[in-house]
Amino acid sequence: MATSTDAAQTGKILLEVVTPDKLIFSEQVDQVSAPGSEGDFGVLPGHSHFLSTLRIGELNYRIGEKTQFMSILWGFAEVTPTKVTILAEIAEKAEDIDVDRAREAVTKAEKHLERGGIPSEVEEAKVSLEKARLRQKVAERLHNTQGHS
Amino acid sequence: MASLQDLRRKITSVKNTQKITKAMKMVAAAKLKRAQDRIMSARPYAHKLRGVVANLGEHASRTSHPLLHKRDGSKTELLVITSDRGLCGGFNTNILRRSVEFLNEHSIKGEQVSVSVVGRKSVDFFKRRTWTIRQEWPGVFDRLTYEHALDIGQDIIQQYNQGSFDQLYVVYNEFKSVMQQRVVVEKFLPIESLEEEPLELQATEGLKGSYLYEPDEHELLETLLPKHFEVQTFRVLLESAAAEQASRMTAMDGATRNAGELIKKVTLFYNKTRQAAITTELMDIVGGAEALK
Repeated sequence: MATSTDAAQTGKILLEVVTPDKLIFSEQVDQVSAPGSEGDFGVLPGHSHFLSTLRIGELNYRIGEKTQFMSILWGFAEVTPTKVTILAEIAEKAEDIDVDRAREAVTKAEKHLERGGIPSEVEEAKVSLEKARLRQKVAERLHNTQGHS
Repeated sequence: MASLQDLRRKITSVKNTQKITKAMKMVAAAKLKRAQDRIMSARPYAHKLRGVVANLGEHASRTSHPLLHKRDGSKTELLVITSDRGLCGGFNTNILRRSVEFLNEHSIKGEQVSVSVVGRKSVDFFKRRTWTIRQEWPGVFDRLTYEHALDIGQDIIQQYNQGSFDQLYVVYNEFKSVMQQRVVVEKFLPIESLEEEPLELQATEGLKGSYLYEPDEHELLETLLPKHFEVQTFRVLLESAAAEQASRMTAMDGATRNAGELIKKVTLFYNKTRQAAITTELMDIVGGAEALK
């Protein structure tokens, strides 16, 4: 039975990312940082019990020296000393995002927002712009880190 | 004795039926594949969410949210999930039999029972019975989406909060494998912590009440619990959809095989009769020729 001290000794924490469609990711990692609805939070092994809602944002995790990125759209996060469970509505790994398509979506959403319309449409356009920007940002992160290594 | 003409007709008729059952089996197999993929990919999310809620249920106080709160009332509702179409073996019969058992058990205990039904088959069944039907959703399985689960889930939560019933059970077919479906009765409301994840619960023992919430506990439960309920409803619908196709495929496979056997038997009998007739005719001719000599 793993306890918090065990987790601290092994120095790893299990990260699981699940969406309604599938289990996206399940691996032991060294560190996780996630977009909580009240601000980003970082998790190291042995973290105390914690439950939070998530907003649209970037999730990253570190295995050894390597940091990976993921885009997260809403959901919940549960943290225990040995495990982080991310239940997201939509989640995408950086390497699965098409940078060009993400960029296109940003321009499209920006144009849509400029055009305006009834409040609900504007609200919708704002959300899709936020989504598109996030995807672009996450996808470009991957580009940059690859450039460095 | 059946005439040759009748036998020929019988063979053609069974052959036609066999063609239909065979086609239905193929269609069911194709649909099963899709339904199976959907339930398989939906399960991890539903189970994880259930794990989170189970852990939470251990820490949060029962009174902190209406969906967790146990009420003393004795009004019980049963959500029955059957298919829209027939010809799927014992699929619906098993569910309906179990529902009636359940309803009888609970009425004897003096509880006030009502049903909500999903699927045309159970709608038809309960229309002819005396139980109170609170709500019905026929035809959701033609094109099952998350919106259906949302619809059903929100209606039920609303009715639950208004006090239409104090506890909710769901009866459905769980998809175990292609050959196996299991009738399951599950308590959905109030949400209870589940004993299925004892490992995690043990790990968190002694830490009761030490959960940190962000935003505060109330707001979090307010979004998490209804979501959990909807996701569970969706999972149950997907389970049932996959089980239905599996059940139909097995049933139609059996029917096709039985039709094949029947054809074989009748064809044999047909040939025997035909030969007997020829022999008799031959005897007649020989006898006639003999008489002319």
